[in-house]
Amino acid sequence: MKDKVIKVDYLARVEGEGALYVKVKNGYVVDVKLRIFEPPRFFEAFLRGRSFMEVPDITARICGICPIAYQMSSVHAIESIFGVKPTRQIRELRRLIYCGEWIESHALHIFMLHLPDFFGYDDVIQMSKQYPDLVKKALRLKKIGNEIVRIIGGREIHPINVRVGGFYKVPKKNDLKKIEDDLKWARDFCVEAVKFLAGLDFPDFEQDYEFVALSHPDEYPFNEGRIVSSKGLNISVNEYDSYFIEEHVPHSNALHSSIIGRGAYFVGPLARFNLNFDKLSPLVKEVSLEIDFKPVCKNPFKSIIARAVETLYACDEALRIISEYEEPENPFVSFEIKPGIGYGCTEAPRGILYHRYKVDEKGIILDAKIVPPTSQNLKMMESDLWKFTATYLNLPEDELTWKCEQAIRNYDPCISCATHFLKLYIERE
Amino acid sequence: MKVKKPKIAVWKFASCDGCQLSLLDCEDELLDVVGAVEIAYFLEASRATVSGPYDISLVEGSITTPHDAERIHKIRKVSKYLITIGACATAGGIQALRNFKDVKEFISIVYANPSYIETLNKSTPIADHVFVDFELRGCPINKYHLIEVINAFLNGRKPNIPTYSVCMECKRNGNVCVMVSKGTPCLGPVVQAGCGAICPSYNRGCYGCFGPKETPNVFALSEHFVKLGLKSADIIRVLRNFNSYAEPFRKGSEAYER
Repeated sequence: MKDKVIKVDYLARVEGEGALYVKVKNGYVVDVKLRIFEPPRFFEAFLRGRSFMEVPDITARICGICPIAYQMSSVHAIESIFGVKPTRQIRELRRLIYCGEWIESHALHIFMLHLPDFFGYDDVIQMSKQYPDLVKKALRLKKIGNEIVRIIGGREIHPINVRVGGFYKVPKKNDLKKIEDDLKWARDFCVEAVKFLAGLDFPDFEQDYEFVALSHPDEYPFNEGRIVSSKGLNISVNEYDSYFIEEHVPHSNALHSSIIGRGAYFVGPLARFNLNFDKLSPLVKEVSLEIDFKPVCKNPFKSIIARAVETLYACDEALRIISEYEEPENPFVSFEIKPGIGYGCTEAPRGILYHRYKVDEKGIILDAKIVPPTSQNLKMMESDLWKFTATYLNLPEDELTWKCEQAIRNYDPCISCATHFLKLYIERE
Repeated sequence: MKVKKPKIAVWKFASCDGCQLSLLDCEDELLDVVGAVEIAYFLEASRATVSGPYDISLVEGSITTPHDAERIHKIRKVSKYLITIGACATAGGIQALRNFKDVKEFISIVYANPSYIETLNKSTPIADHVFVDFELRGCPINKYHLIEVINAFLNGRKPNIPTYSVCMECKRNGNVCVMVSKGTPCLGPVVQAGCGAICPSYNRGCYGCFGPKETPNVFALSEHFVKLGLKSADIIRVLRNFNSYAEPFRKGSEAYER
């Protein structure tokens, strides 16, 4: 076995910019670095001095793919300072707009960014020549997710309607009723997609992961719950800083998170599925069990199935919310501004997104901390690459490089988020 | 006869990916667009790349690092038309808020080891560095504008993009003015149309995603904000969002710092 270096200068089909570097010496992997060179944008710094009312509008700009996640974690954090309790209908509308974002983001990743790997295509455009019908259906699914976000949020990217206390304006029942038929189609397509994706060839690869996700007594988690793990962690959101640490490593503009005393952990659809299977709706459980996809799944390549199962759930849940929806009298609950520190953690499409804010008596931000899901997964991605590359070292260079890229895309990394992150280098020396 | 398709490249600098995502968000038009053009370089969507020159380069994001300040020149050299997309590329973006502060302090707030971070003092628009053929505004851009601009450049005509204010769209929507009727501060009179006046349609004031319109009177609007009871610090905040470094907004906010 020769020494070599595998390098990917600009990782494709991930959101944002990063590179991968793997060094192999005497047939052993000796170094793996996910280099995040997406330029830093300093959100936590310029949030200082802004009004609490501006926070959901500003933090949305961290990510064009999951702005709702940033808006939700920030409003929940700030509401915890002021003691705001959203009404049931506002809570349901927040869940519904999050369903829209999960559908849009998951459909984008499953079909446009991840699936081409399994078929050996460079992109969805090539894939659309062989599978035109599948791609058209996938685009329709994505559009339906975007449509939910647009109706409630005003537009798909950087919605304008989320505020502390609720919304600026709530949709009429009829506005939501209009997408019911589309959602029923989407739900049927997702059942088909879950079964189809379960039949893909998956590399035989597992690790003893610590999965971390929110957990709520009554529902599959979006906005609320305790932070739990597959290795016994069970804490409230405001204890996050005592159990998780962010480290700044020289090769990255993204901070790396780990669980204090334990190390890397895994967030996102597979973690949520493994920890919250029993909270899925009967239809989703039935479809998952039919394809024998059940917890605990430790193969990160199967995250594409978890993502599809969650998309199915989001369609099912959106239909439930719409059928039970009654327009609230007030679009937001009123509150008094109080100084203090607030904590928020919600389930972004890519995993838990933690926000912490300190505000003064006028509601001006004194300090902000934002931990996106991708920076929580970075250490795990590097760990996967150590093990995965070692297993496939005998593959030709091109194939090995592509496999490494796939191992990264399992996590649906969002580099724009992580710097508030991919190139591949495999160096054999 | 096989006609050679025009080559389009998509480049990213400091940004949230939202504007290039707009292209993938054209769910109904995407397959037609990729039928008409060759997507030669678009890393968010494809690992395959075709080398330049390119007929159209779409540039997202602002220049914030020494490396990026050099990279944009290389992109200009291989592009027939260079079109910037979004508030980051046309005005420096939300990250241009550093331009009003000391960036060293910003680094130390976010990163434990500031020496690992290489960044410029200012976040600047692409046009500060190279000639730009067309600037498409918005945070995010309007996806239909994007298709219109690509279409116009491929067909050798001027893009039909409005340069009037959000107020025009707001009136067409039949909205009651939020500033006149409720006293809600609204940037609509000085902000370029393009979003469809969504904020006033959702009972809130415009916060300026599309940047300054042609010939905006920012001072007159700011004085009106004073009458509505806004303090200097509030006016500075209102003008310092995603287009804070666009000249009319920059000058407008700096006037209240004195």
